[in-house]
Order: sequence, then C-alpha cells, then structure tokens
Amino acid sequence: MDTMRDRFAPVLTRLLDEDPRVAVVLAEIGLAPFAAAARRHPDRVINVGIREQLLVGAGAGLALSGMRPVMHTFASFLVERPFEQVKLDFGHQGVGGVLVSAGASYDVASGGYTHMAPGDVALMDTLEGWRVHVPGHPDEAETLLRHAVAAGDERVYVRLSAQANQEALAVDGERFTVVRDGRRGVVVAVGPMLDNVLAATEGLDVTVLYAATVRPFDAGALRRAAGVADAADVVIVEPYLAGTSTAAANDALADLPHRVLGLGVGRRELRRYGRAEEHIAAQGLDAASLRERIAGFLSS
Amino acid sequence: MTTTAQRQTYGYADLPRLMSVMTGDEKHGPAATSTLDVVWVLYDRVLGVTPETADSPGRDRFLLSKGHGPMAYYAVLAAKGFVPVEWLDGFGGFDSPLGHHPDRTLVPGVEIGSGSLGHGLPIAVGTALGLRAQGLDEPAVWTLVGDAELDEGSNHEAIAFAGAFGLERLHTVVVDNVSATYGRAGGIAARFEAAGWSTLTVDGRDHCALYEAFCAPHPGRPHVVVARVEPKFA
Repeated sequence: MDTMRDRFAPVLTRLLDEDPRVAVVLAEIGLAPFAAAARRHPDRVINVGIREQLLVGAGAGLALSGMRPVMHTFASFLVERPFEQVKLDFGHQGVGGVLVSAGASYDVASGGYTHMAPGDVALMDTLEGWRVHVPGHPDEAETLLRHAVAAGDERVYVRLSAQANQEALAVDGERFTVVRDGRRGVVVAVGPMLDNVLAATEGLDVTVLYAATVRPFDAGALRRAAGVADAADVVIVEPYLAGTSTAAANDALADLPHRVLGLGVGRRELRRYGRAEEHIAAQGLDAASLRERIAGFLSS
Repeated sequence: MTTTAQRQTYGYADLPRLMSVMTGDEKHGPAATSTLDVVWVLYDRVLGVTPETADSPGRDRFLLSKGHGPMAYYAVLAAKGFVPVEWLDGFGGFDSPLGHHPDRTLVPGVEIGSGSLGHGLPIAVGTALGLRAQGLDEPAVWTLVGDAELDEGSNHEAIAFAGAFGLERLHTVVVDNVSATYGRAGGIAARFEAAGWSTLTVDGRDHCALYEAFCAPHPGRPHVVVARVEPKFA
C-alpha cells in the first residue's frame, strides 16, 4: 500500500492545476515529487529552503494577498518549531491556510525524538479555529486534503502518518462514524488507531466511533453513543499525546455522569529508535495492550 | 459611510499634536518618533494606497513589523484619513481599536497585526510572492523593522531567501536608532547586501533623502533602506 504522504504531491498537483488560488510552500522536505508541478506553476510551488519560520510566515503572507497556501514539512518542524508563526501569522492576522504534516508521532522512529511530534494536536488545541484532520488511510488522506484546500479561508491542519488502517472509511471532514454498536461503553478510535481498536474490542459489547476529523470535536456523536450505552464509559484512543481529546469528551458529556479514559502516546521520552510498530507496542497502543486497558477500564 | 463635511486634511506639522493625544506629552523624545519621518514620507509620497483603496488588490502594502510604539504610525494613519482622528483619544483602552501593538482586524489600513518582533518581513515575503503569483506586478510591498528587531532569526530567513530569489517588489526600511545591544558588525546594510539586496543608507530625518532612497530603482533585487536616526540610548 502507498502511504498518505505519497498521495500528497499528486493531489496537490491536481489542485494547483484546478485552482489558481492554491500555492504550495515547502522547506526542502517533500520537494522532489513537486518537480512537474513546479515546472507548470513556478510562482505557486515555493521552496523557501530549510527555513521553517519563513515557511509559515510566508504562507501567511500568501494568504493575506488572497491565495490559499498549503504548507508542508515534518510535524515537528511545521507545528512545534514555528508555533508562534502559526499562532500569530494565521490566527492573529485572521487569515486561513492549510498545514499538512508528515512524520506523526513516530513514523521516523529510527530518527529518534527530534523527528517525533506526539504533541502537535495538543499544541494546535491551544489555538482558535483550527480544523484538525487525522486520516487513517491514504484514500481518506486524499479526501481530507481536498476538503481542507477547498474549505474557503478556514485554518486546517492535516496530520499524515505512515501508520494506516487496512480499509478506508467514508469521511466527510466533519463527523465521527459509528463503526460498531454496543451497550457497555464507547471507544473512539482516531485515524490510524482504528484497526488496533477494532482488533482490541473484538467480542466486547462496545460502540466504536471512528474519528478522522478531531477538531472540531463531534460532541453530538459522542453524546448520542454514550447516551444509549448502559454506562457512559468512554475510551479515546489517539495516535498522539494521550488525553489530547479528554477535555473535549468531558465537555461533550457535561450533563451526563460519565468516565473518560484517554489513551495515546505518553509524555515520557523513551530514547529508543527502531520501528514505528515497536513504539506503538511500547506506548501500549498495540491490539493486545489496548484490549487489556479497555477491558480493564470498562470492568472497573 | 457618507460625509457631508469635507474631510479635514493634516500635514506633517500636525503629527506631534496627534501623537500628543495618545501619549499625553507635549513633546516627544527621539525614541517615540524614531519611525515618524519614515512612515510619513512613505504615506505622503511613496505608497500607492489611500483610505479608498485600502482593500484594493492593486494597492501598495505597508507592513509595520516593529509594532512597539505605534503612536507615530497611528498619527500618520489618522492624518491621512485611514482612521478617524477621534480614535486617538482612546489609545490603549479596552474599547479602543488602537492598542499598543496594532491589530489589522481592528484598524482600517493596517496590513498586519504586530508586536512580536520578527514577523513582518517573512509575511512581507509571502505577500510579495502572492501578488506575483496573481500577476499583480505593480504593487510594492514595504515592511518596517527596527535595528534591534534584526536580532530575531526569522528576519534572516527572510532576508536570505528574498535576496537569493530576487524578490523585486519587496522593500524593507530599517529604522536604525542603534538600539541593538550587540550592534551589527560590518553594518546593517552589509547584511542585506551580502544576501543580494539593493541597499541605501540615509538620514532617517531627511525627507528628501528618504524619498530618493525609497524611489531608487533596484531591478531584479529586493531593496532595503537603512534610515539612521538618533541613538535610543544616547
């Protein structure tokens, strides 16, 4: 299977052809697949060199001039390093744009902590008005990239990951989807966590919701699912910092006695290299660990 | 909005009085007015933008990056009719659109919100790129930075890129009141020149010299004017 990132340049190349407002801004990373697009649209495929503050700042300038900028690099260099540019040059200026990251929490596991960004979504959560897509499959990534670029002047963050589910689901860039119905609780699987969550909850009488768009948080879907369960016990399994959506779930269920368990990547730096699968297991996010943690929570 | 009375016009001589409305001071030291002459000459004689064209795609853009101490900027915007002179009274107040750092969403004619240093020049780079991509080759993009603001590394990302790229419609004016603690060995203009910019250094109080420097041709290169004013810590 190709990766979400493999889809990025082909999708954006088509969007560059279709919409003269679209501009892609890169900081060396991910440049090669844009060679043909850059020949056709030399003014709208812009490589600023290894300069991430400029990547975001110049993207905001493009937006101020009336363009729809799409900025791309690894999550750690797109969201964390130039975070103040994301905060001020987009939010405070009141303009829109699309941030598309690669690398996720540990796609580049052998690269170590410098290339890991488990905190990206939590950081974006401190800002107003960002829609956050976490696709779970390359097909979903393609749909959500198109959705993000077409979203007027909205601010959108698209988190691409090498980790993916076997099958794509239909995604609309808005709502959670009910994948499985049950009575004993609700498990929300975010993006690439779905396959492990489905395997972990096999035979458990729980509702599984799938979230490929986590902000805005689909409070209505969670309320409906939790409202019909025997107990409003909710587990959220996210491929980034554990607990990132716990507050959103609590807010959604404010008028209902409930419990929420947030599973995801821990804050502790493991100081390990290796492969993504090894980090998934080390974080307790493989199917066996998830089953133990989910079943333990529901029976407690 | 329609006005029956003809709009009162203000000149350079009115600016100290307009600033006094904000500062409460009769007279202003060099620090408060370091940008005054630069901003005035730009709006009076250089920038192709008026209150009527403040949202026009073809306007020239002025991005005040050094958002600290915006009294001179607000005074010029009021003098040129972008904002009502009455707004100056509320400067810094909860209900006032005029804060101690400007907000573009609150003030007509203000192109960027600033206050955190080192944001204007990178945004100006993107604005110039965006206008170019839309075939708008005429509008000039100007940004004003302070000499100490050049301490911020983000500026150097923008300076290096714009020079190498040959971003001709980009213009920077550095108001140099020698306020950077560590100075800049070799001079400010040399940094830009090494990156491929056209550079001129002039007296930041001399309106003729500023005007000529602002209008100097610079084919194929971005242009910087270093405007020297009285040292902040003289």
